[in-house]
Amino acid sequence: MLIEKYKDKIAEILGRYPEKRAALLPLLWLSQEEQGYLSESAMKEIAGLLGLTPPQVYETVTFYTMLNRQRIGKYHIQVCRSLMCALVGTEQLLGWIHAKLGIKPGQTTPDGLFTLSTVECLASCGTAPMMQVNDDYYEQLTLEKVNRTLDDLKRDGKSSLASGPFMFPEASGVNR
Amino acid sequence: MPKHELLLLKNMSQPGYTGSLADYERAGGYQALRKVLGKIAPADVIEMVKKSGLRGRGGAGFPTGVKWSFIPKDHQGPRYLICNADESEPGTFKDRQLMERDPHQMIEGMILAAYAISAHTAYIYIRGEFVLGAKILENALAEAYRAGYLGPNILGSGFALDIYMHRGAGAYICGEETALLESLEGKRGLPRIKPPFPATHGLFKLPTVVNNVETLANVPYIINRGSEWFASIGSPPKSTGTRIFCLSGHVKHPGNYEVPMGITFREMIYDIAGGMRGDKPLKAFIPGGASAAFMTPEHLDVKMDFDSVAQAGSMLGSGGVTVMEEGTCMVWASENLLHFFNHESCGKCTPCREGSLWLLQILRRIDHGTGKMDDLATLLRLCGNIAGRTVCAFGDAEIAPITSTLQYFRDEYEAHIREQRCPFRPQPAPELITVGH
Repeated sequence: MLIEKYKDKIAEILGRYPEKRAALLPLLWLSQEEQGYLSESAMKEIAGLLGLTPPQVYETVTFYTMLNRQRIGKYHIQVCRSLMCALVGTEQLLGWIHAKLGIKPGQTTPDGLFTLSTVECLASCGTAPMMQVNDDYYEQLTLEKVNRTLDDLKRDGKSSLASGPFMFPEASGVNR
Repeated sequence: MPKHELLLLKNMSQPGYTGSLADYERAGGYQALRKVLGKIAPADVIEMVKKSGLRGRGGAGFPTGVKWSFIPKDHQGPRYLICNADESEPGTFKDRQLMERDPHQMIEGMILAAYAISAHTAYIYIRGEFVLGAKILENALAEAYRAGYLGPNILGSGFALDIYMHRGAGAYICGEETALLESLEGKRGLPRIKPPFPATHGLFKLPTVVNNVETLANVPYIINRGSEWFASIGSPPKSTGTRIFCLSGHVKHPGNYEVPMGITFREMIYDIAGGMRGDKPLKAFIPGGASAAFMTPEHLDVKMDFDSVAQAGSMLGSGGVTVMEEGTCMVWASENLLHFFNHESCGKCTPCREGSLWLLQILRRIDHGTGKMDDLATLLRLCGNIAGRTVCAFGDAEIAPITSTLQYFRDEYEAHIREQRCPFRPQPAPELITVGH
């Protein structure tokens, strides 16, 4: 149960808003970060905390693409498929990931480690092609960089190839 | 070409600048706040911003000071400031840089804006995917509280302000200001019918101002250096100040470039972004994010300001400039964008919800070689039934790629239909890209 583990955190979140329902997205995030997805019981608990009906929570959850209603792989690979990335290599990138992990968008590796999705623009158009894995962005991807990133994640749970704080070009201050 | 003075990207362009409070203060940060609090009346701050000519950098270009002045003067009780950090317009990636590299610049702008409209609570609505940006802003807010720039009595002036982070969860439409309000209230992000406008009935039905990250980041400079100075930059009187343009696609040097408004697309694409990446010439470009109509090499000498781009039939929008070389299939490009619009349509208005799927399906069959000549008239008829018939501007946006590519590249659509294949690709595109929702 969320309330037992995060009593103070929940009180702090509720304190940010004059109306309880406004705390819904922050509480859903808290729950998803705890469990990896939003279970029906978690949604019911949050409804109780905010004085909402479970369907009010559910109808909100279904609107947002980042809220998962089922378990997904430990590493969620999200590849941008919008035009700016597609112009310079979304299809190639999906091919590299497929070659490495054997999965297509919508699929999870049999070991439950990687889930692949295509998503719309992630605000990384100048550094395309790109993917987001869980919290981190990986940009200006090449075959080698993709392979290294996925190896790093599998071995260490993180990769030094993650980008940010973002500035591109690095010397963008100097107008050519 | 002349070197332009940088404003918003200046600090972060200095070697070693980390965006910390100490770095920002060393670069002159929070001086505008000291200049204003307890010394300049809120109404006079609004007047300064009005006179500067600053217009919203999120896409719509509404005059910022005018927006602030719509907060009812006789309203007693809470009112809100919201920073729209939901940067989601395809082709746009400037706010992400402003937040991650110089967070205090935007926060100082927020405090000044909140002071001007007498708001004591502000929210930063940041898109859910910007996890790093949210962390950086959380840290920066904590620094600002410790230094007395936020809290119950800012710099001893008696002015109180709290700023809270609020993360979105994946929905393009939440960048539309009324959808953002619904989302912040814990609901599905469905745009509201206007009027009433947020200035009178905004967050929790109270007076609210929603401003984009880049818009707010400009405010300290206007205070520090004056409205007249700001109004002299760019293409006065309608397009003042600089813009950060986001270059993407087939240019040699994509990235964020801050320039005074009014330089031409030719200067931007060829001088600043280094021209085309290879030997293929320019075929088309989108001047202001996915919602802006395509333009062609004929438009290269159009000035990058609000009015000039509008006169050329498109819009400056969010500042996302996407460049496409010859060989890029225009049917495929509009199909890609319609996939985006269909996926992101919130579903509230029938013309947009149903229309975006119809448009996508027709484009897909043309691209995949099973289109009919009648489809072109159907596309245009559908577009005509969507534009202006929806609650928000999304409906107008989703037709822009189609109407503009049909205007400039109709022969390509016809070739697809006549030859029953894409003339640019020998094989159909791999079916790796997922379809629908």
